[in-house]
This record gives sequence, structure tokens and C-alpha cells, in this order.
Amino acid sequence: MPHEDDSGSAGRVATKERIETADTEASAPGLDTLADARHSTDDDHNDLRSLEAGLDRLQTAPERRPSAWRRFTTSVLPPIVFVVALVAAWQLYVVIAEPRPDIVPGPLGVVAAITQAWEAGRLQEAVVTSLERGVFGFLIAVAIGTPLGLLLAEVKPLRRAVGPIISGLQVLPSVAWVPAAIIWFGLTDATVYFVVLMGATPSIVNGLISGVDQVPPQLRRVGTVLGAGRWRLATHVVLPASLPGYVAGLKQGWAFSWRSLMAAEIITTGGAIGFGLGSMLDQSRTLADLAGVLATILVILTIGILIELVFFAPLERRMLRRRGLLVERGR
Amino acid sequence: MSGHTAIRIEHLGKRFGAGPLVLEDVNLSIETGEFVCLLGASGCGKSTLLNLIAGLDQPSSGSIETPAEGSAVMFQESALMPWLTARANVELALRLRGAPRSARRREALELLDVVNLADAADKRPHELSGGMRQRVALARALAQDRPVLLMDEPFAALDAITRDLLHEELERVWRRTGRTIVFVTHNVREAARLGQRVVLLSSRPGRVAGEWRIAETTGRRIESPEVAALSIEITEQLRKEIRRNAA
Repeated sequence: MPHEDDSGSAGRVATKERIETADTEASAPGLDTLADARHSTDDDHNDLRSLEAGLDRLQTAPERRPSAWRRFTTSVLPPIVFVVALVAAWQLYVVIAEPRPDIVPGPLGVVAAITQAWEAGRLQEAVVTSLERGVFGFLIAVAIGTPLGLLLAEVKPLRRAVGPIISGLQVLPSVAWVPAAIIWFGLTDATVYFVVLMGATPSIVNGLISGVDQVPPQLRRVGTVLGAGRWRLATHVVLPASLPGYVAGLKQGWAFSWRSLMAAEIITTGGAIGFGLGSMLDQSRTLADLAGVLATILVILTIGILIELVFFAPLERRMLRRRGLLVERGR
Repeated sequence: MSGHTAIRIEHLGKRFGAGPLVLEDVNLSIETGEFVCLLGASGCGKSTLLNLIAGLDQPSSGSIETPAEGSAVMFQESALMPWLTARANVELALRLRGAPRSARRREALELLDVVNLADAADKRPHELSGGMRQRVALARALAQDRPVLLMDEPFAALDAITRDLLHEELERVWRRTGRTIVFVTHNVREAARLGQRVVLLSSRPGRVAGEWRIAETTGRRIESPEVAALSIEITEQLRKEIRRNAA
């Protein structure tokens, strides 16, 4: 790398050349004086370099990430302790008060119900069926919601017309679509997917819209100044900049898919519809098997939490950390 | 000085909608390779003028001639893409300029080295100090490889020590690259420290109210007596312009 200045007194040559080609070494007259001048500017430059390096060091603090142990004690341990305490209190109540087991089953009864369902193979079937539907339905919602959200975010008249309705749809419980879906699609998987779609899409659309709205205007301006056209501005600047809002929308969209799916599965049983967790819940209810009902609720809850913990939380944390938006807890 | 005119502004006027006149009859011609500081109090339309030169806005009257290659712009906020590393930010400019993929990485590192930031190439904006961010922004502006560099109060938000250093850095880059620089500021000393020419704009509407040429520009520091002397002179004129708004 050439670091030498064109020594100012020797006359600066105004050219459109790029930095690496700006070189006056060979042709410059008065080599001795020039060499001296260059020597001193070199020194100046080295001075500046070390000065800047020192200031940079002073002004930036190394990023401290909490240790694995600290993260364990601050974010993993507390919920585990709480759940253990809850189960212990429950067991204690069952032991002391001895309620009727068909009205208040103990933790052991619920565990037994889970084991029973597992051994019969019903649990695995239900989990696989529901997860498959949930994930597939969610992906369809993403595929529909993303272009729709982008369109609404960028085309203002369309947004004024459709935006409030999309926001309204977010408030409408998606179970409300079940009767209509049954009439349209009968007791088939299409009914379930339709309800999931109506539940998840508005969240994804709204998340993306708010993400795009929060893109700082100066980033767009810089994109324009750097020479990006409409398309490249969208792909290189607006989309990546709106990612936090989009991911938040996806997360909420997943929650809505999972909820809608359960609601749909509980209501629509029989016909060509497979056996999902909601169906299992409904089955336990008809058998007045409260331990089975609680067991299924626990499974549904656990899957919801697991997906959040394994998929969305790391994705979000990584994205926010890269942008310096994450305030590490436990400091 | 090569004597070519890089930017020629004639009888320029600008008003936004039906609002008051922001710029009125501004005439200015800037030579290729010249370092011009546009100085003025708030509301003098200096940022508006810069946006007009950058082509981000259209004049209401008069004309502006700029090089066909366009201008690079640097703002007060570094406006780096927060999801990209320093190097990737510079690479983005290279990419949007149409530089071949194979050369981008090397060229980005070279440009970061020009602003003494080669070591911080893989850091993200939030890990950098304000001064470092502005240097990345400068490297990015250089990556655009345009003959004109427009700077809109780029150092206004920095502390004095950092600003001093960046003055030196910018002066060095200017001498080395031969860019034409138009530097907008409201800081009289900064203008006297950096410019070959200082152009004072009056406020409401903005028009050229004074001009100073500095013959000897090497070895200037913010604390140099000639900078101080010029600052006093310019400040006097500036205050006169501001007072006129009191009536």
C-alpha cells in the first residue's frame, strides 16, 4: 500500500485517477528536496496513524459477552427452578388434600398418561401430524405474507386501502374461520391449512410493514447516493434493514399458526382429517380423561416453547447482536 | 490547480413548494481538485445547496453543471448499514458502482487502509466509535470513485479531539486523491482550517455573502495563528449577516 502523500508544496496533481495509481515517484523534479518532503510527510502520516490507533482504542470498548455459565444462571436456570417448584407444589397438594383423581390428577398421573399415549403410538402420530401441518402451513403463510407485506409497504395507496383490514384480521380469532372453512373444504386438511393461513399471514404482513417503516430514511438516501436503483435499493438496503421487524412478525406468525392449528384440530375431527394433537385433546375430553387432557396440553405447550427456543430465539438474538441492538441481560 | 471547472452554479434559486425562497441567485464555480468550504448559520440553505449539487433535488431556477460521473456524498450521520461489517459497507459501494466481484474485497481493504482502519475491517458499525464510523463512511465515499466529494457537516457530531484528527485525515486524503471537495459546515474554524476557499452564505434566503481564498494550505492546524486570524475575520462577517435578520 502506498502511504505517501503527494507532498503539498510540490504541487498537487488533480486527476481522476484512483488512489493506488496516484504516484509521483519517478517523474518528480528536485529529487532530494522531494525525498526530504516525503520523509517528513511519511513521519507525519505515521504520527497520525499511531494517534488514530490510540484514539480508536480509547473510544471502543471490547464487546463483552456473558459467559456460558452466566447465561445459564441468568436465563436457563430461573424458569427451570420455577417449573420444578410448580410441579412440587402440585404434587404436595395432591398428597395432602387427596382430591378426586378424575378431577385433579397428580403429576405422576399426567406422566403416566403421556407414557401410555407414547406406548400406544398415538402421541408420536399426533405430534408428527400437527408439526407437519403447523410448519407447512406457516411456510405457506410466509410465502404469501412476505410479497404481500412488501407490496403494501412500498405502494402507499394500496396500503391505505388494505392496511387497516389486515390489521383488523390480526385481531379476529382465526377459529372464527373454521365453520366457513368446513363448508368450503369439508373435513379435509385444506380446512386446517386455511385456518392456519388466516391466522398467521396478517402477523407476517404487519411485521414486515412495520419493519420497512422503521428503516431509517438516511439509509435509503445513502443507497440512492451510492447509485442503487429501485430494485437494488429494495434488495440491498430496505429488506435487510427491515429484518428485525420481519423476524418479529415471523415469530408472532408462528405463534398464531400453532394456536389456529390447535383450534382447528379440536373443532374439526373425523372425515379425511388426520390425527393431530388437537384431535388427541378432543378425544381425551370425550373419554373424560383429565390426565390425558393435561398431558396433551403440556405437549402442545412444550412444542411451542421448543420451537421458540430452538429456532426463533437464536435467530433473533444473532440478528440483534450483529446490529448492536441486543442489550445483554445480566450485566 | 488544473483550471478546469468541476462545478458551475449560475443564478441558482430554490424554494420548496410555495414556501419562502431558500436559495437566491447563488453563483459559484468550483475548480477541479479544489477544496471549498460552504459556511453559514442555520437556515442558510447550505445543505439544500449540497443536495442540489448531489442531484438529490432539483433547482427551482438557474442552473448547476456537475461532472457527468456524479458526486459522492458524506452525511453528518455515518449512515453505515448496521448489518454489514466495515469492509462489507465499503464493498456495497463498490458493488453498486459495478466493480467486479473479484476486486471488491481487496479494494475495500485498501480503502479502509487509506483511513487507517484496516484492522477494524471485520467490525460492525456498533462496535466502532463515532470517528471510526465517519472514517468508514469516508472510505465508502471514496469507493464510489467520483471526482467530486460532497460533505454535509460530516464531523459536527464528533468530539474536538477526534475532529482534529479527522481534519488531518481528510486533508491527507484530499491531497492524495485530488478529489474536488465541497465541505458544508457551520463551524468557522473548521472552514478556515480545511478550505482552500471559504464561501460564506447569508441566511434566508441563502446567497453568497463573502469569499476568502487561502494561498498557503499546507501545515495548517486548527490552532494555527493564520487559521485563528481568518476565523476572526470570517466570524465578523458572519455576525453581520446574522444581525441583518434581527431587523
